[in-house]
Formats: sequence, structure tokens, C-alpha cells
Amino acid sequence: MSLEQLRGKLFYQGLLLGAVALLTSAALALASHVTEADIKAAEAADLKQSLTQVLPGTYDNDLLNDTVTLPGKDGDVLVYRARHEGRVEAVVYRMVGHGYAGALVCVMGVSREGRILGVRVIKHAETPGLGDKIDPAKSDWIHSFEGKWLGEPVAEKWAVKKDGGVFDQFAGATITPRGVVKAVKQGLEFFEQNRAVLLDESVAQGGKP
Amino acid sequence: MSGNYGRIARDGLWDNNIVFAQILGMCPTMAVTSSATNGLGMGLATTAVLLASNAIISAVRDLISPDVRIPVYIVLIATLVTLVDVSLNAWAHDLYKVLGLYIALIVANCAVLGRAEAFAAKVGVGEAAMDGLMMGLGFTFALTLIGGIREVLGAGTLFANAHLLLGPAFAFLETTVIPDYKGYLLMILPPGGFMVLGFLLAGRRVLESRRAARAEVVVATEATAG
Repeated sequence: MSLEQLRGKLFYQGLLLGAVALLTSAALALASHVTEADIKAAEAADLKQSLTQVLPGTYDNDLLNDTVTLPGKDGDVLVYRARHEGRVEAVVYRMVGHGYAGALVCVMGVSREGRILGVRVIKHAETPGLGDKIDPAKSDWIHSFEGKWLGEPVAEKWAVKKDGGVFDQFAGATITPRGVVKAVKQGLEFFEQNRAVLLDESVAQGGKP
Repeated sequence: MSGNYGRIARDGLWDNNIVFAQILGMCPTMAVTSSATNGLGMGLATTAVLLASNAIISAVRDLISPDVRIPVYIVLIATLVTLVDVSLNAWAHDLYKVLGLYIALIVANCAVLGRAEAFAAKVGVGEAAMDGLMMGLGFTFALTLIGGIREVLGAGTLFANAHLLLGPAFAFLETTVIPDYKGYLLMILPPGGFMVLGFLLAGRRVLESRRAARAEVVVATEATAG
């Protein structure tokens, strides 16, 4: 039987589809296996980089392995602790906000006094050219959080200007900055609630900056 | 044979350009052309997929039953796109951070399936690969052009963030066309894409009809002279 006739047969078509599915799945499995380690390494490097971006001070411990997990408002929060000579100088953790197009994953660094050292949005799907101004490569907006704490501005001013707060919104995109501001505020509240555990101290420190 | 390849190149780049003539692949065209850099990146990724899918489909064209060809093409194309996706993620992570969102969109580009069905399945591997390359470059040209126009009108810059895509050596491409420009948001938003594409299509029509009219005049004078 020639290939021409064979191609018309049902069993050949079934076999063909099966073979194609098998081959492509094998290719994907192989690619996934080959790239897995590199992707993990790239993501770990990314994570480390995003952590150090929001940690301007000096620390001498292995950040990625000094962690504590605490229950937060939306599930568990994994906190990385930066120590200098054993004392926790700052903590870094993720907060998830809700943007215009899904989750806004923010990383924020908070000093032991409760001031924000830095914030970065590490994962988002906001409109290019509008909402993506939360990216420091595109706008300075994200730096406006630095040095702020829960007393400055006061709680009701932790919002975008449109909502009566102190933070700028972007032309054409209010939902994105609103989501980030809300996530950062929640992050600071999380810090206040868990200060003693986060700083690895049994006695809570009452000092405010 | 070289004439044939020339024809394929001409078709892909201009005469039968995916965006300007076939009006295919509108989903990624509208989605990513908010800047020239995005358009260029998407165009190059699509070119890679088109080249590979055309070559593979042409190579196995005799084995594929016509009755089940579409699912076979789709699975092949989706696999290629996923391979591009994971390889970029693993070995060109910085580039992936810029393009990652858009790579998966290539599956939704019916131009890839269109070339497989209309061209690659009927010709040899060399011609199919050439067609994939030229169609891809034509697509890249169209996306970069639309992206560039929208970026200049919408944000006053051209090729902003090109170093993220092409490496620091290409930072010189980044220019501010209009300094202190407040931005014209509509151009960055989806309607801007439709408007720019509309004007470009109209412009192409004018160009083509002028050329056709000139050709007619030449034929007419030749006829009277003869």
C-alpha cells in the first residue's frame, strides 16, 4: 500500500496524531528537564537581586536561608531577615496587591524601626505604557515610598491622590498605583503586628522613629 | 530557482506582508505595538517560530494526512512556541523578562498556521524556510513600524528600553524624539493601534494604486506607440 492510500486510513491518522503527541510531549519534557535548573538559578538570582534592591544597608548573613513564615492577611508570608552581627537590621517580604490586570507581586524592605527601605513590583501584567510606570526603569514613582512609615503619612493618607492620599497616580492608570499603595500599607501593618517575631526578639521594642 | 526565492522574499516583506496585506495576526499586532522595542522583540520571536514551523511542517508534509493536518500543525506550533518560551526563560532571562508576557501570544497568531497550511505544506524545505524567514521579517518590520509610530506620538520616545532587548550595545537606539512631551495616551492605548494600522493600510493602498496607474500608463503608451 502506498503512503498516499495509507494516509486516508483511519488507523493511520490515529497513529499519526498519537505519534505527533508523543514526540512533542517528549520534546517538551526534555526541554523542561534541561532548562529546569537554569530557570531555577535565574529566578533565585532574580529574587536575590530584587531583595538586595530594597535593602540598601549592610548585612552579613545568607539572606535566602534566614527566613521565617508568618500568617498574613492573605495567607502565609515568607520573610527574609537581613542581620548585621546577629541583630536583625531589616526584613524583606512579599505583599500581593490587586492591579488592573491581576496580581501585583511587591517586594518590600522594612528597617527595624518600621520605615520602608524600598519597594519593587516584581511581577505584574499591567498595561504597557500606562500601569507599568511602577517599574523603576520607567518611572521614579516606586521610590516615593522610601522612608515612609505608618505614621508618615498618617493611615488615611496612605492612598493615591485621587482617593485623598499623598501618592501620585499615573495618567490613565489609577488602579495600578492604588493596588501597590494598598499592598505596601498592608505590608507595614503586617510588620507592626509581628514586629517582635520578625526582629527575632522576645521583648517587643516600643521605639518609633 | 533564485527568481523563486526572490519572489518569496518580496512576498513576505511587502507584496503579501502578514500585517499590511494579509491582515493576519492582529491579536499580537495590537497587543504589543505600544513601543518600537516591543514590536521588534515580538517580531523576532515570531520569526524564529515561523522559520522552524515552516521547515518542520515542510519536512514531514508527505507523512501528514490531509484530514488531520490542522491538529498536527497546531500541536507542532504550540510545542515550538513553548520551546522558545522555556529556552528564553533559562538562557536569556533578561530578554524573557521583557518579552515573556508576549511569547505565548505567538500561538494565537494565525499567520503561523496560515503559512503552514497555505505554503509550507506544499513546497520543499528550503522554500518553506525562506518563506518563514521572510514572512517573519515582514511581520517584524510591520510591528516595529506601528510600534515606532505609536511610541513617538504617544510617549515622544523611540526604541526606549532597547538595551533590555538587544543588550547594552544598542542603547544608542534609544532616542527622545520630542523632549518634554506630555504624551498622547490614546496612541499607547489599543485604539491607537487600530488608528495607526488604519492609516498605514490606507497609505499602502494609495501607494499601490499609484503604482498600478503608472503601470497602466506605460502599457497604454506602449500600445499607441506599437
